[in-house]
Amino acid sequence: MTEVLVKPKDIVVPGELLVKGMDNFPGPGAYRDNEEIYSSRLGVVYIDGRTIKVVPLSGVYIPKTGDTIICKVIDITFSGWRLETNSAYSAMMSLKDATSDYIGRGADLTEYYNLEDHVVCKITNVTSQKLVDVSMREPGLKKLVDGRIVKVNTNKVPRIIGKKGSMVSMIKNATGCRIVVGQNGIVWIQGDVNNEFIAIETIKKIERESHIPGLTNTIKEYLEKQTGKKIEVQNEKA
Amino acid sequence: MNGKSHIIKLLDNGKRLDGRSALDIRQPLIVEYGVSKTAEGSAKVTCGETEVIVGVKMEMGTPYPDSPDKGTIMVGAELLPLSSPDYEPGPPSIKAVELARVVDRGLRESKAIDFKKLCIEKGEKVWIVIIDIVTINDAGGLFDISALAALAALKDAKFPDMVDGKLDYRNPGKKPVELSKEPIAVTVYKLGKYFIVDPLTEEDKAMDARLTITTTADGTICALQKGGDHPLTEEEVSKMIDIASEKSKEYRKAL
Amino acid sequence: MKRHDGRQPEDLRKMEAKVGVIKNADGSAYFKIGNTWAYAAVYGPRNLYPKFLQDPGRGILRCSYNMMPFSGAGDRVRPGQSRRSKEISFVTVKSLLPVLDLEEYPNSVVDVFIELPQTEAGSRCAGICAASMALADAGLVMKDLVSAVSVGLNGDQMLVDLDYAEEAYEDGPVADIPVAMINRTNEITLLQMDGEVSKDMLLKGISMAKDACIKIYEVQKKALKAKYGSE
Repeated sequence: MTEVLVKPKDIVVPGELLVKGMDNFPGPGAYRDNEEIYSSRLGVVYIDGRTIKVVPLSGVYIPKTGDTIICKVIDITFSGWRLETNSAYSAMMSLKDATSDYIGRGADLTEYYNLEDHVVCKITNVTSQKLVDVSMREPGLKKLVDGRIVKVNTNKVPRIIGKKGSMVSMIKNATGCRIVVGQNGIVWIQGDVNNEFIAIETIKKIERESHIPGLTNTIKEYLEKQTGKKIEVQNEKA
Repeated sequence: MNGKSHIIKLLDNGKRLDGRSALDIRQPLIVEYGVSKTAEGSAKVTCGETEVIVGVKMEMGTPYPDSPDKGTIMVGAELLPLSSPDYEPGPPSIKAVELARVVDRGLRESKAIDFKKLCIEKGEKVWIVIIDIVTINDAGGLFDISALAALAALKDAKFPDMVDGKLDYRNPGKKPVELSKEPIAVTVYKLGKYFIVDPLTEEDKAMDARLTITTTADGTICALQKGGDHPLTEEEVSKMIDIASEKSKEYRKAL
Repeated sequence: MKRHDGRQPEDLRKMEAKVGVIKNADGSAYFKIGNTWAYAAVYGPRNLYPKFLQDPGRGILRCSYNMMPFSGAGDRVRPGQSRRSKEISFVTVKSLLPVLDLEEYPNSVVDVFIELPQTEAGSRCAGICAASMALADAGLVMKDLVSAVSVGLNGDQMLVDLDYAEEAYEDGPVADIPVAMINRTNEITLLQMDGEVSKDMLLKGISMAKDACIKIYEVQKKALKAKYGSE
């Protein structure tokens, strides 16, 4: 007899009993001890077929290959740039990964990226010891000029981006701001002063209310009220 | 980014990073009294996301030989590593020392406390009033918030009673600390051509200069502290004093 | 026989807990029990320097227990680490580490700062309770929460969660026994004692601590869920 003691979307704490019996499997954020499955995180329960997992609500960013992140240049070496990733680990960007330009010996690297510059880059490799390599040689990866940086809870990034980018597109369209959401919880926003504030407030609202149902509509109404514009929700069915 | 140029760009539009105007103090501004029962007096001040606790302990000591009929005060400040990722455990940093000294000077020089009233027995026994500032969450603006919390904690403080020849620290005493003045610190920050008060951490880092101005209710200036790498003109100092005396009313109202 | 404040031997003092109380921290909580009040803030996993402290196999846990200068009745507590606070910090690490899995974070550190604005007995246990909640709030992988309480001998009676008056009892043998436990398995992660006690009484005390930890766990769990508006 298997007994599932939680419902999808329940909030559970570490050590909380989720399932009694052998018919289910522990996914990420859960573990089995004999005939029982327990949570190993503070998070939200998801049940996918027979797999039960707990998605965390908090926690600092851990670099993963393939993530697009926003970093700050903290050091310039002979071989490239050291970047701060908003995690426990810094990243290296080598000369060949930084630009398609040929960088000659002895070139002034600060002409490309200087200390304190922010860049959007992609993680190309993470070793078991968390040495992180990033690259900017892909469309959309660039240096960020002007604008503002806002830090958000990394675990809420998927909600801020939305399905196929629908949420962030809605904010961009409503406010006219340029926005880049890094998977490391760093968001870059650039627009006119008032719209920047509306965009930031909207993002903070998503961060706060992401676990409440009907988020897309709440945000749509909020943006309409703030900007006085009518908003079409895109990609709703996607 | 989020650096000086952006802060100034926002100020050109009359705004701050959090949407406030240049001379707005963050809300809520809340003073809670008696938060620590083990202290003889205590207060917690919350201003926006900054939270500071001040506790007052009263100890009996011997007076300094040159002032046998006077007790004294001592102010300490700890920037707890609990309160910010920028702080580390260890001996007090210069930032903590400056904070404690600025608060100390405001209380001492305003003569808020009559040190003669801290004398128990001339040349033998006096009260030492120890005021400790600790940060719970540092989101900027520590000078003004700490000074306000220190004053509030003193207003809450009671001398422990003497029971069987010993100080009874376990039960609250009856005799309050008499405060003849209430010094309020307001730090005005200069950023480019703008003046702001109650800075966020980022604004604090981006400032050109700051001036902490401590005033009593009648407008008397009782302590000053200039900080920052840039100089100030006489005109600027005059303007900053006007701002401080205006804003001090808001802090005073929160007490 | 009732205790001087009306509690039964197995009763805890009044508890209160809240999670997410320090905005700058990655995880935070406070835990109040009677007149003892502990804040805990977690920062990390974050980078760790100097490099020789790093462990390439897993992240390390550091705890720092500190009494605020005005947190004791009587004289001011001098700021800075004492031998006592160093030792408590050390045993706090040992009491929390068994539930934590830091393998995902090699070479990094998780810092836990415990600060007490007010104390009246049981401060290290309150600190552990707050720290355990703060670690969960920081989103770390943990197999369970840790709860802690002090039990003690007061004359011929074993009592849970002694207060100052009971700790200061002078008319018979006294023992103070702080205990921390992993809730689900009842494994003991902190056990200290000073005073004098028989083996039977000690085992009775541990058993009483076990029941008390279940009550503390409920308070911790409720506080964690309350942050997200559930329960």
